[in-house]
Amino acid sequence: MDLSSISPVLLLASLMVAATPILIAALGELVVERAGVLNLGIEGMMITGAICGFAVAVETGSPLLGFIAAAIGGALLSLLFVLLTQFALANQVASGLALTLFGLGLSALLGQKYVGVKPPPIAKLHIPVLSDIPFFGPVLFSHDIVVYLGLALVVAVWYMLKYTRAGLILRGVGENHDAAHALGYKVIRVRIMAITFGGACAGVGGAYISLIRVPQWTEGMTAGAGWIALALVVFASWKAGRVMLGAYLFGGVTVLQLNLQAAGVSIPVEYLSMSPYVITIIVLVIMSADKSRAPASLGRIFHATQ
Amino acid sequence: MLTLEKRPQPSKFWTYMTPLVAVIVTMIAGGMLFAALGKNPFTAIGTIFWEPLFGEFSFYYRPQLLVKGGPLILIAIGLSLGFRAGIWNIGAEGQYIIGAICGAAVGLAFYPAESWIIFPLMVIAGALGGLLWAMIPALLKVRFGTNEILVSLMLVYVAEQLLASMSLGLLKNPEGFGFPGSRNFQQYASGHNAELITGSGMHWGVVAAFIAVIFAYILLNRHILGFHIRLTGQAPRAARFAGVNPKLLVVFCLGASGALAGLAGLFEVSGPSGQISIDFNSGYGFTAIIVAFLGRLHPVGILLAGLLMALTYIGGEIAQSNLGLPAAAIQVFQGMLLFFLLAIDMLTNYRIKLTNRRVA
Repeated sequence: MDLSSISPVLLLASLMVAATPILIAALGELVVERAGVLNLGIEGMMITGAICGFAVAVETGSPLLGFIAAAIGGALLSLLFVLLTQFALANQVASGLALTLFGLGLSALLGQKYVGVKPPPIAKLHIPVLSDIPFFGPVLFSHDIVVYLGLALVVAVWYMLKYTRAGLILRGVGENHDAAHALGYKVIRVRIMAITFGGACAGVGGAYISLIRVPQWTEGMTAGAGWIALALVVFASWKAGRVMLGAYLFGGVTVLQLNLQAAGVSIPVEYLSMSPYVITIIVLVIMSADKSRAPASLGRIFHATQ
Repeated sequence: MLTLEKRPQPSKFWTYMTPLVAVIVTMIAGGMLFAALGKNPFTAIGTIFWEPLFGEFSFYYRPQLLVKGGPLILIAIGLSLGFRAGIWNIGAEGQYIIGAICGAAVGLAFYPAESWIIFPLMVIAGALGGLLWAMIPALLKVRFGTNEILVSLMLVYVAEQLLASMSLGLLKNPEGFGFPGSRNFQQYASGHNAELITGSGMHWGVVAAFIAVIFAYILLNRHILGFHIRLTGQAPRAARFAGVNPKLLVVFCLGASGALAGLAGLFEVSGPSGQISIDFNSGYGFTAIIVAFLGRLHPVGILLAGLLMALTYIGGEIAQSNLGLPAAAIQVFQGMLLFFLLAIDMLTNYRIKLTNRRVA
C-alpha cells in the first residue's frame, strides 16, 4: 500500500470529471421533478445518450456533434415516456422502469459494432492565466468544455426556477397541477417540455461517460449512474445548488475509491467498488428526514376533465 | 378531436385483453425491428414463439420453459404484492444474488457430508438471505422514510460486487485450479436441486413457484392482509381510515418479495446454474418486473406471463444461433412489451371519445 502515490491535484481534478455526468443528468431530473413528474428512466436515457453520442462522434470525428446527438437521443427516448405518462396516463414509476429496461437493450443493440473502438479525443481548455496558477490551475481551470457547461447549467437552472416567469409556472405545475390548469396554464405542455429537457440532459451526461470519462463503449457502462442522479435530486431537496454539492461529494467518493484501488490498499477491490452505492444509501437516509421540499404533485397523474 | 373519458370503473374486457393486444402489437413492432436488422420478420417471430414449443428440437426446449419460467414467476409473484400497494421493490436482482450466496454458503459448509437435511437448510438460508437484503430498504423506509426504489436498486450493485468477491474469495472452489467460481452443486448430491422428473425441467424451484402462485391467490382474495394490500393500492386514504398499518405493509411486501427472490436465487444456483460465479445473475430480477405487469399483478396472470417471457428467452437464444439475431434485440423486444402494455392499459381505465370541441 502506498498512499503517497495519490496526488491531491490529480484527485481533485478527476473529481470534477467524475461528477460531471451525474451533475448534468441530475439537473435535468431536477427540472422534471419540479414540474411534478417522476421519471425513473434516467439510466435508460443516459445509456442511450452514451451510445448515440459515441457512435456519432466516431462516425463524424467530432465530439461536439456527438454530444448534440446524445442530447437528441436522450430527448427522443424521453418522448416515449411522454407518450406513456402524459397521453396514455400510465403509472410513472412503471413507465420509468420500462424506459430503463428498453434503453439498456436498445443501447446494447446500437452499440454492437462500437465495442473496442476509440472515440475522437476532446480538447482540454487552456485558459491563458488561470490554467497556469499552481494547484488551482490544474484542478479548476484545465478541463474540457463540458465540465464548465455543467456548472453553467447549475446556475441557469437555479436562476430559471427562482427568478423567471417560466420557472414560476413550472413550479406551479409541479406543486398543484389542478390549480395551474384552472389558471389556464398548459400543464401537459409544460411537463412535456420539462421531460424532454430532462431527457436531453441525461443523454449529454451519458455521452460524457462514453466519450470523455472512460472513454470507450461497453454494454451497460453507466452502471447505475442514472439511479445515483435520481438519488442526488432527493439528496439536494430539489435545489440546483445542492445538486452540485452532492455530485461533487459523489464524484469525490468514486475517484477516491478508484485511487485507493490503484494504490493497492488492503481492502478488496469489490468492497471499494461498492462504496459509492453504499454511501449514496447512507446519504439518502440522512436526507430523507426532510420530505417537505418534494413538489406536491410529484408522480401524480394529471387528467383534465372538460 | 380525440379525448379520454374516465370510465366509472375499470373495464373488465380490457383488463383481460390488454396483455394479449400488447403481445400482438409487440410482435408486429418486433417484426419491424428484426426486419430493420436484415432478418426475415416472419421467420424471426416464428423462431421465437413457435420453435421452442413445436419445432424440431422442442423436446429439448420445452423443459427449458419451466427452468426459465420458474424463477421469473417466483420473483414476479413477490414483486406484484408490493406493486399492488404502491411499494416498489425493484432490487429483486440483488435479493436473488444474496439468496443464492447465502444458500450456497450453507450447502458448501457441509461439503462433502451427505444428508437429506442439507438441501432444506440451504432453502431456508436462501430465503432468509433474500429476506434480510430486502429488509434494508424496508426498515430504512419505515424508520427514516427513505425511498425504497432507490435503496433497493443501489443494493443490486452492492450485491453484484459481493457476488464477485464471493466467487473470487470465500466461496471459491479450492479444487478449481484457481478459476473463479464455487464448487458445482451438480456434483454434490445432497445440495443438488435436481430435476424431479427426468427430462421435464421440473425442479424444486418450479414447485415453489406454483406454490407461491396458489398462496398469493389465497392471500389476495381470501385474507385480510391481501385485502389491505389491494385497498392501499386503490385508495390510500380509505386504507388509512380502515386502520391499515402502512409500515407493516411495507415490511411484509418487501420481505415477501425478498424471500421469494432469494429462493429463486437459491434454486437457480443449486440447480440449473450449479455454482456461484461472477456472472451468475442474468437479469431475472429485472425481467420479473415486466412479468409482474404483463400478468396484471394477478397470480394466475403472472404464471402465464412468466411462461411467455421464458418463451422469449428460449426463442431468443434459438434465433441467436439460427438467425444470428443479436441478444440485445431480444432485450429490446422484452422492453417494448412493457411499453405497449402500459400504453394500451389506458383503455382499461379510460375510453377514447370523438368529440367536437367548440371554442367557448
